[in-house]
Amino acid sequence: MGVVELRGLRKEFGEVKAVNGVDLSIQKGELVVILGPSGCGKTTLMRMVAGLELPTDGEVLIGDRNVTALPPRARDIAMVFQSYALYPHMTVFDNIAFPLKARKAPKEEMAQKVEWAAGILGIQRLLARKPRQLSGGERQRVALARALVKEPAVMLLDEPLSNLDAKLRVSARDELQQFQRNLGITTIFVTHDQIEAMGLGDRIAVMNAGKVRQVGDPQEIYDDPADTFVATFLGSPPMNLLERNGHLLGFRPESFLPLEVARGDREKVTFPFHLGRVENLGSDRLLYGTVEGAERNRTISKLPSTVEVSVEAGETYDFAVCRADLRYFDKESGLRKEPPPREGG
Amino acid sequence: MAETAERTATRKPSEMFPARELSSGAFLADREGLLGILFLAPAVLYIIGLVGIPFFLAIAFSLSDATIGDASLDIVGFRNFSRVIQTPQFRRALFDSFFFTIVAQFIVIVLANILAVVMSRDFRGKWLARTLIILPWATPISLGTIGWKWILDSKFSPIDWVLQQVGLLGGPDALLGPGRHLTYLGVEGLAVSSVILVHVWRILPLATVILMAGLTSIPRDILEQAQVDGAKFWRIHFQVSIPMILPIMSIALLFGLIFTFTDMVVTFILTRGGPVYYTQVLPLWAWFKGIDGGNLGEGAAIALFMFPVLLATAILILRSARRMEVT
Repeated sequence: MGVVELRGLRKEFGEVKAVNGVDLSIQKGELVVILGPSGCGKTTLMRMVAGLELPTDGEVLIGDRNVTALPPRARDIAMVFQSYALYPHMTVFDNIAFPLKARKAPKEEMAQKVEWAAGILGIQRLLARKPRQLSGGERQRVALARALVKEPAVMLLDEPLSNLDAKLRVSARDELQQFQRNLGITTIFVTHDQIEAMGLGDRIAVMNAGKVRQVGDPQEIYDDPADTFVATFLGSPPMNLLERNGHLLGFRPESFLPLEVARGDREKVTFPFHLGRVENLGSDRLLYGTVEGAERNRTISKLPSTVEVSVEAGETYDFAVCRADLRYFDKESGLRKEPPPREGG
Repeated sequence: MAETAERTATRKPSEMFPARELSSGAFLADREGLLGILFLAPAVLYIIGLVGIPFFLAIAFSLSDATIGDASLDIVGFRNFSRVIQTPQFRRALFDSFFFTIVAQFIVIVLANILAVVMSRDFRGKWLARTLIILPWATPISLGTIGWKWILDSKFSPIDWVLQQVGLLGGPDALLGPGRHLTYLGVEGLAVSSVILVHVWRILPLATVILMAGLTSIPRDILEQAQVDGAKFWRIHFQVSIPMILPIMSIALLFGLIFTFTDMVVTFILTRGGPVYYTQVLPLWAWFKGIDGGNLGEGAAIALFMFPVLLATAILILRSARRMEVT
C-alpha cells in the first residue's frame, strides 16, 4: 500500500464536477506529477489531499491513516503554493520556523532544524531578510525549506516553478529533482507543463475533465498514450491523428519521415504527404501538410536538422512511419485499441 | 488637370492642413504649469479659507481678551492659558478627553477584530448582519445620541425596565439595589461608562468595515499555508492576519482617535458635561467657555490644547498610509 492512497475521490462545486472519481496510489519516496490543462481538476485534487477542500465523496489515506475528515494540520503534509505564500512580515528564519512554532518545538530544536533546511537549500545567508528582499528563485527555496522542516510524510507542490523565468526554471527543475531524490520525500507535483512533468516525474498522472486518463512513467505515457487526449496533450507538436478505415491512426511527428530517410529494416507504412508549409526552428524543421486519401488529417512531420533532405512547399512526397510506431484509437471513445490484423499502409 | 490631381494625391497631410489648425485645440492642455495651478487652486483656497484662517484666528483670539461683545484683538499674552489651566473643569476635561478616547478606542479595536473575523466568514443572513453593523455609522450622530439619551433616561430607561423584570433591580434584595432606577447619566461612574459606550457604538462600524477590508485583502494562499503549517485559529489571527493588516488597522485606530477626541455632540446631548463636570471634554468645554459664555479668548485657548494631539495623529496617519503604499 502506498504512502498516499486516493479512493474514488470526487469534488463537486454546485453543478461542476471538478474531480470526478480519482483513484491513485503513491509509493514511498516517489515523485508523482499530476499533469493536465488548466481547469482539469488537478489543483482541486491536491487541495483535497492537503485537507483544504473536503471531498464530496471518496477517501484520502496518508500513511495508512484515513485523513479524509481531518484538517490540514493533522495530516502530516507540507505544501508549497504557486505563489510561495511566504509570510511577508516575517524574516526568512521565522518563515521557515513557523511550522515548528505551531508545533511548539523547543527553541534549540527549532534553530537546528532551520539551519539544516536552509543548508540543504543554500539559503543560510538570507535568514535575516524579509521575503520582499528576495528574488523569485530565493523565495521558492524558502518555501521549500519551510516545507522541509516539518519532515512531512508527503510534500505537495502546486506549480512551484511557474513563477520563475524560463532560464531559472530549468536549473530549478534540476535542483528540485536532486533534492527530492536525496531526501527521498514522497512528493506530489502539480503542473500543466508537460516538459516539467516528463523531466521530473517518476510517474505521471494525466488528468482531464476531473478524471485521471492515464498513470505511468514518462516514457510509457509518451509512447503508449491510453487515449487521444493523452496522445495530443503530450508532445510538441502533438501526435498526428488520421482517420482511416473507421479508426484513428496515431503517430508522433518525429516518426513521420521522408521514405528515403526512414532506413532500417523495420517494416514501414508509406503515406503520400502533401506539404503545405515549412517552419525552420533551427534544431528542427516542422513540415505542415496533409496526407492524401485520409480524412481529418492535418499532419506534422518533425525533421531534426541532421536530416538534410530538401523539401518544397506545394509538392507531394512519400513519407513513412514504422509499423511499430503506429497507434490505433477507437473513433468514438478515443480509447486506445489493438492494431487491426494486417491493415493500413 | 490630370497633373494637378496627381500632385494633390502625393501631398502629405501636413501640407494640406497647416500646423496652426492641428494644434490650436491642444493649446491650453499642453501648458502643464498653468493647468497644475488651475487644478490645485480650489483645494488651496478651500484649505486657506476653512482651515488656515480659522486656525490663525483661534491663535490670535487665544492671545487676546476678545469676547463676543468686543471682538477687537487686544493682545494679553498667555493670560488666557494660565487662567484656563487653573480651573478644575479644564483639568477634568483634559483628562476625560484622553480617557474617553483611549478607553473607547481600545474597546473598539477588540470588538472590531471579533466582528470583522465573524463577518468575513460565510453564513446565512450575512448581508443583513453587515447592514445592521454599518447602520450606526450612517445615522447622524445627534439623532443616534438622542436615541441613547432615551435609552439611558433616568425614569423611562428600557434597560432599567428589563433589569426590573428579571429581578436584578428594584426588589428588596435585588443584586443592583432596591432603587427602581440606576440613573445612568446622573452618577459619575455610570455617566462616564455611558459616554464611552456611545462613542464605541458610533466608531465600531467604521473600524469593523476597515478591518474587514483588511482581512479580505490577505491572500488566501497565505492563510491556507498557515493552516497547512499546523497553526490553529489564534496563532493564524495573531501571528499572520493581524501583523498583515496592521497598517490598515492603524488607520482605523487613528480615525477613531480623531473622531472621538474632537467630538462634542455625544457629551453635549447625553450629559452636557455633567453630572457636575465629570464627563466634561475639551471641545465641549471650549464651546461652553468661548461661545456659550462669550469669552472667545479662553474658549480659543482651551480648543488649542487639542492641537498637539491632532497634529501628532495626523502625522501618524500620513506615515502609515505611506507605509501601506510601499508594501
